[in-house]
Amino acid sequence: MNRVRAQGWAFWVGIALSLLLMLIPLPTVIQPLKPYWPALVLVYWSLEATDRVSVGLAFGVGLAADLLNGALLGDQALRLAVLVFIVLRFRSRLRFFPMWQQALAVWLLLLNNHVLQALIRAFAGDAPMPALSWLEPAVGAALWPFAFLLLDDVNTRLRGKGARAT
Amino acid sequence: MALPQKESTPIFSDATAGTLRLIAYLALAAVLMVLDHRNGWLHRARYATAAAIVPIYKLAAAPADWIHEAGTAFAQRGKLIDENRQLREALLLAQARLNRMDAVAHQNERLKQLLDTQQLLGMHAQLARLIDVQLGPTRDRVMLNVGADEGVHVGQAVIDSHGVMGQVVEILPHASVAMLVIDPDHAVPVTIARTGLRGIAHGTGDTGQLLVPNLPLSSDVEVGDQLMTSGLGGRFPAGFPVGTVTQLKRDASGMFMEALVKPAAELERSGEVLLLRDQPDPIGPPAPAPEVGPPASLAPTARAPSRGKPGAPAGAAR
Repeated sequence: MNRVRAQGWAFWVGIALSLLLMLIPLPTVIQPLKPYWPALVLVYWSLEATDRVSVGLAFGVGLAADLLNGALLGDQALRLAVLVFIVLRFRSRLRFFPMWQQALAVWLLLLNNHVLQALIRAFAGDAPMPALSWLEPAVGAALWPFAFLLLDDVNTRLRGKGARAT
Repeated sequence: MALPQKESTPIFSDATAGTLRLIAYLALAAVLMVLDHRNGWLHRARYATAAAIVPIYKLAAAPADWIHEAGTAFAQRGKLIDENRQLREALLLAQARLNRMDAVAHQNERLKQLLDTQQLLGMHAQLARLIDVQLGPTRDRVMLNVGADEGVHVGQAVIDSHGVMGQVVEILPHASVAMLVIDPDHAVPVTIARTGLRGIAHGTGDTGQLLVPNLPLSSDVEVGDQLMTSGLGGRFPAGFPVGTVTQLKRDASGMFMEALVKPAAELERSGEVLLLRDQPDPIGPPAPAPEVGPPASLAPTARAPSRGKPGAPAGAAR
């Protein structure tokens, strides 16, 4: 029971931090390269705790992100829902990939996410994305092993502590 | 979404239900986006939840502030002394310039009184601080620390000490969002100070560059020309510096010239900006010019009717 609660805390704090990281201002030159943190965190949790993450939750997180810095309400909700759906569908395979293969899969997921974003922007009539931003999925994939290890470490520790407590 | 099911899913209908749910969410998102695009819900939702959202922005911007403060705290003493000296010089220069401007303003006032034009240019401005920059991945916007409760409204011009920065596009109760002149969605009517040629400066999304397209090939524009706001369109008051022409080239069609312009405002550096309180003159014909010449009481009585009807004497002379 305690274990579950600790994991729940880690889950929500992780999501909140990822939203905050998304807002942090960076120097103009590297601003387009800022990785899409909520996607990385959601991918981790849908691989590790499938009972917590659902397409509906991703939709909700996306709505919150839209409220914070979206151009259009529902844009990030749609993208995150698609992302989590794909991860949940291929979860059993993705989980046992070696790390580099997993990073490659994350790159493809983020690239898909980026293409969707470009499409939505085109439909809404916004200005096209800067060319540099197409490197953003690669940055996200490069950071994936570190994000995964960090989240996994926190998760394991909490689980261990919870298990000892019960 | 008919993906091949290689791994054995326990219940087939589970996968189908998942796909259906995804389709439902996608449809919901699409409906939300269309409605938001039409009605601007997002802005209203942000307005309603501003009390919660603005602190989040401040929190997100905090690390950059800390780094800046840490940089100041650990800066070397020599550097600080040097900077101090430079700032003193700049202050002296600014003071001198201010005094001169003061004198000019006084003189101007006297001359205006002499000319009996009562209307002085009363520009009320409000100081605002930047809370956050770059609110979206591809939009050049800044968030300011004043909002509806401080009397800010949409359309106010934002300037810094060097020139036009942009205009207010969104207001929240205690914050507002300004679009910078370099935003791809922004355009400002300009005139070239040297020749008076009019044009429209568009943002390019690139910091440090504006674009003035559709200039005739024969027009008199040179690299180094200063651009000012023209006051047309009724958003920006006339006469504020917008930028300097840095490059001239033919556009893609070869029929027109386009000018690349470096913005005058220090968009990357400004931390404090001014919001102009007074909107420029509304669109429409200007007010009638005040009567000039000797007072009516001194006018000769015999010629008074002929002034009223200028057509009559002309007809009589013919």
